[in-house]
Amino acid sequence: MNVFDILGPVMVGPSSSHTAGAVRIGQIVRRLVGGEIVRAKILLAGSFASTGAGHGTPRAIVAGLMGFMPDDERIPRSFELAAERGLTFDFGTTVLRGAHPNSAVITAENDRGERVEAGASSPGGGRIRVFELDGLPASFSGEVPTLIVRSEDRPGYVSRVTGVIAAQGINMSKLQVEREARGGRAVMVIECDQRIPYKVKMAITAIEGISKVTRLNPGEESK
Amino acid sequence: MSAYTSVKELLELSEKRGTPVWRTVQLMDCEEQGLSPEDSWNAMAGMLSVMRQTDRDYDRRHRSLSGLSGGDAGKMEDYIASGRALSGPLISSVIAGALRMGECNACMKRIVAAPTAGACGVLPAVLLPCAGRLGVPDERVIEALYVAAGIGSVIATRASISGAECGCQAEIGSASSMAAAALVHLLGGTGQDMANAAALALKALLGLVCDPVGGLVEVPCIKRNVLGALEAVAAAEMTMAGIRSRIPADEVFDAMRDVGEKMDASLRETGEGGLAGSPSALKQGEREV
Repeated sequence: MNVFDILGPVMVGPSSSHTAGAVRIGQIVRRLVGGEIVRAKILLAGSFASTGAGHGTPRAIVAGLMGFMPDDERIPRSFELAAERGLTFDFGTTVLRGAHPNSAVITAENDRGERVEAGASSPGGGRIRVFELDGLPASFSGEVPTLIVRSEDRPGYVSRVTGVIAAQGINMSKLQVEREARGGRAVMVIECDQRIPYKVKMAITAIEGISKVTRLNPGEESK
Repeated sequence: MSAYTSVKELLELSEKRGTPVWRTVQLMDCEEQGLSPEDSWNAMAGMLSVMRQTDRDYDRRHRSLSGLSGGDAGKMEDYIASGRALSGPLISSVIAGALRMGECNACMKRIVAAPTAGACGVLPAVLLPCAGRLGVPDERVIEALYVAAGIGSVIATRASISGAECGCQAEIGSASSMAAAALVHLLGGTGQDMANAAALALKALLGLVCDPVGGLVEVPCIKRNVLGALEAVAAAEMTMAGIRSRIPADEVFDAMRDVGEKMDASLRETGEGGLAGSPSALKQGEREV
């Protein structure tokens, strides 16, 4: 364990999993949608549903949807700030089988009408993991540079995407591909050792059949 | 993988390199994380300044979302100010400091998880008043935070710092062990003394269960920060008095893991057993939901 995992993070209380992790969940959904979120439906599951209110979990998730960091002192006032910004949201509960007890499923829409549905959990220490994206299973945390490519399932598209990454001298550490059905929607999650530059995103976006490319570079969360 | 997985190894490394314990912790972490010692130092100084700031900004009027906590540190401060407090000024301020930070956490203020949010009051409650009393400069307190982090990382590696895994002993117990070693640094003790204080503190807190009322980090967590802080001071004082733990720190950490593994799940942050299952706690839960 590194020194700043033991002393830290600096965060708004009361709970690293139910508050700091909840902010991170909101934040990663914001990054997955891109742009400013105007509408969100947030379903809390397990311990998030049963003890979330007292931990400020709903306020923390909404703060994350607005791009706040876990140590932002505006977190307790996030509902009021969301209203000022024109972000509308509603909360519900859900039951997830096989998911970590601290989980939420969020459907969010940005000002361009683009939508994302993501399921994520917060197992502890403020760390999070996305386990579902747009109805397909996934597994990533955004702690390392990550590229998320949504597309139609077509022969050869994996190698075309990875070709672009290799051409930039970026090393991939993990590659996941999930699809709905043969020829249906597919989601590719690529974790990399180096920061993913904008031009990689643009080059992949230009590939036929690719519908959306998201890059998550650590340290650029609030952008 | 950490460069050391025991306090024994940490002390050996420190001896081999000829650097004090705090510096060894810092340098090993910098090598592992690819961080410069300056950046690391500045980040640690930042932790101290957040602790100070939050401690200063405590507002006795604030209440937690559940309404369960807030204002108790203010009562303690009034009691101290009245001159009726039996314990001396240092111990009184340790108690008040632990309450302040625990309540700040419950009231969604900015805190430093040390090692967790629920145990965030122990280190500042020990270090801030003791540093003030000893008149040591901030640099020395930042060094002490490295000592605490070194102990904490060994505990995390050998046992756990999670209440869900090993109960409150892993949170308040670990924080107390870390704070005891850190205080020994402020008192000018040796590496062996730090290890001894870490052992004494955790030994006293073995078996402490995690039974939060309503599953919230409030009752009894806030007051257990007081316990952890007081035990840390006692362990450091006993150490400087020359009292030795019969069980070395690493073996105490292993024993904590053993106890944690045998602890029933209802006593590991599930909000079911212990105080969480008491009639008053259950009544509280009905009110809230």
